[in-house]
Amino acid sequence: MAEQQPVSTNGRAGGGDASNGVLEQLSDDQLRWIYLIMRRIRRFEETAEEAFRAAKMRGALHFYIGEEATATGVCAALDDGDFITSTHRGHGHCIAKGARMDKMMAELFGRTTGYCGGKGGSMHIADIELGNLGANGIVGAGIPIATGAALGSKLRKDGKVTIAFFGDGAGPTGAFHEGVNVAATMNLPAVFVCENNQYGMATHADFANAAAIHNRGPAYGIPSASIDGNDLFEVYATAKTAIDRARRGEGPTLIESRTYRHKGHTVLDQKNYRTKEEIAEWVARDPIERFVKAVNESERLDEDDFQAIDGQIEREIEHAVAFAEASPWPTVDVIERDVYVE
Amino acid sequence: MAVSTAQASAPETATREIFMSEALREAIDEEMTRDPTVFVVGEEVGVWGGAYAVTQGLLEKWGPDRIVDTPIAEAAIAGLGIGAALTGSRPIAEFMYSDFMGIAMDQIVNQAAKNRYMFGGKAKLPLTYRAPFGAGTGNAAQHTQSLEAWFAHVPGLKVITASTPYDAKGLLKSAIREDNVVIMFEHKAIYAMRGHVPEGEYLVPIGVADVKREGDDVSVITYARQTHHALEAAEQLAAEGISVEVVDIRSLYPLDTDTILRSVRKTHRAVVLYEAVRFGGFGAEIASQIQELAFDDLDAPVLRVGAAHAPVPFSEPLEQASFPGTAQVVESIRQSLQGVY
Ligand SMILES: Cc1ncc(C[n+]2csc(CCOP(=O)(O)OP(=O)(O)O)c2C)c(N)n1
Ligand SMILES: [Mg+2]
Repeated sequence: MAEQQPVSTNGRAGGGDASNGVLEQLSDDQLRWIYLIMRRIRRFEETAEEAFRAAKMRGALHFYIGEEATATGVCAALDDGDFITSTHRGHGHCIAKGARMDKMMAELFGRTTGYCGGKGGSMHIADIELGNLGANGIVGAGIPIATGAALGSKLRKDGKVTIAFFGDGAGPTGAFHEGVNVAATMNLPAVFVCENNQYGMATHADFANAAAIHNRGPAYGIPSASIDGNDLFEVYATAKTAIDRARRGEGPTLIESRTYRHKGHTVLDQKNYRTKEEIAEWVARDPIERFVKAVNESERLDEDDFQAIDGQIEREIEHAVAFAEASPWPTVDVIERDVYVE
Repeated sequence: MAVSTAQASAPETATREIFMSEALREAIDEEMTRDPTVFVVGEEVGVWGGAYAVTQGLLEKWGPDRIVDTPIAEAAIAGLGIGAALTGSRPIAEFMYSDFMGIAMDQIVNQAAKNRYMFGGKAKLPLTYRAPFGAGTGNAAQHTQSLEAWFAHVPGLKVITASTPYDAKGLLKSAIREDNVVIMFEHKAIYAMRGHVPEGEYLVPIGVADVKREGDDVSVITYARQTHHALEAAEQLAAEGISVEVVDIRSLYPLDTDTILRSVRKTHRAVVLYEAVRFGGFGAEIASQIQELAFDDLDAPVLRVGAAHAPVPFSEPLEQASFPGTAQVVESIRQSLQGVY
């Protein structure tokens, strides 16, 4: 692909189906995986919300429900060894990178068996072995870290690509500018994926960002794209193009994925900065339902496939909660442990 | 100034009880009324009403020219405060969490703190930064820190923090009227604490400590939320006939060393209590001043009580044990009395 050309999402190899031909590029196993991941994310968070409301967990929970196609579509285009950096709204990225829900649930419950032994909680789950370099409590902070991971890959010549997931609220941060600019100047194998869910807390993305994030690619001399983040196939195709390009050593891409969080900013948010109509409009564009509809129409998977996956997820969820609840609380002797390598 | 600045404690006659968050809001609202150059700037201070509801309702009252919502841009927020202050405004810039001041460190430390001095005294920065701090909320390591010592260490910054709604209101009003850069740290766990705040106007001066409870046997020198742990400990120990004096410093810089020394010279024992990481925390400065200036008055070494040498953990039993609670304060006071460490 020529330098500085925007990733075109309209000029995709166009099939006649709802996915513009992308569905045909995906194997049945990939389709099953995509459904599994999107449903896992949703059921994990629905379950976490119940546990929170039953006072079984505390702290801040930021739900990704409604945005599942972005993490899933991007991670579907990654190889196993690739890296991601994540955000405060990180459950979806974590699950899409292959995390275990029992260890995630145990972390939310603050137990020793959680991903971080209870030290991190929802906002800090990481699984370095899976390539998940961590959720983050600091908006924008994952972006330069992703740039650093990509620099490491370039220096080590390990052929890996790093994704930085971040919100529209990170667009205004200095970390965004510095991270993207450095990656562009060094031609690093990174893909910057902005999940524009329209709001950062009560602040609209257009209020916070003087120029749309997808329009900033030319300013850094890199391709950028604006996509329907609730269309799994469009996310996948765009991410695949960008990831392949990065892996070939042709440098970073900036993708703005338009989506919506169905829930409040945190589990406690009950503020009225969005209209009921707006929420309903986006719920009607639910990414999982759209995916299922397209797959059904293609007759690639049938009801049994979906039901089998749903059944598997319910068993996983039941196990995750039981595992978390049965797991021991950490004891105070670990408080000062893990601060340094001993 | 027409208002008395000597008032250090709530008058006995006060009956009105309000939350600390309301007291802070009143301070901002009154100063905005008093001085049209005062304005608020920060993330979610307007439509949302502030992450801890301090500025709730102020956008509706004052409009977007004086309650200014910003994008997520802490360095810019710090800098907006500086630029506006240098040119004739009197900004109150809010960081949603003090942890995020890390992003704004250059603007605060290299710019705000030093401009006046570097410019040979020719600049004036009537600027207030506000920032919630402290642990106990289950929000993990990046939303719970107590970093006040970082700022108290930098010449050019004044650093204050309140333990009661009364002090919070009076201190913030003083800060807004100051022609210097003042950072007010507000402890998250006591925003919803109620306390006496009289109807009329008053100020609490910056740089004056307050003895929150008088006692004879041991002095606990503390600030912000830990003041309440000290008061609870004092109450418990009173039942055993141990008399504890609690000094709330209220201002880290300038530090009211006189009040601290007066207390220690009376009790001959000092426990310095703070919620930040104990090692290198602000309590070390207090302890050092006490031993330098009142060495001969001491019957026991000055004891520091602070948080573990670790980031704040998420899990509740870990978090609660990672910083001082009342039981630990009681224990520390006993240690001081026994001289056993
Ligand atoms: C540097 C920083 N500033 C402020 C915050 C407080 N905060 C947490 S999430 C958030 C909104 C983030 O919006 P966005 O990036 O769009 O992500 P979303 O929550 O919409 O997924 C804010 C202001 C923070 N965590 N970090
Ligand atoms: Mg957002």
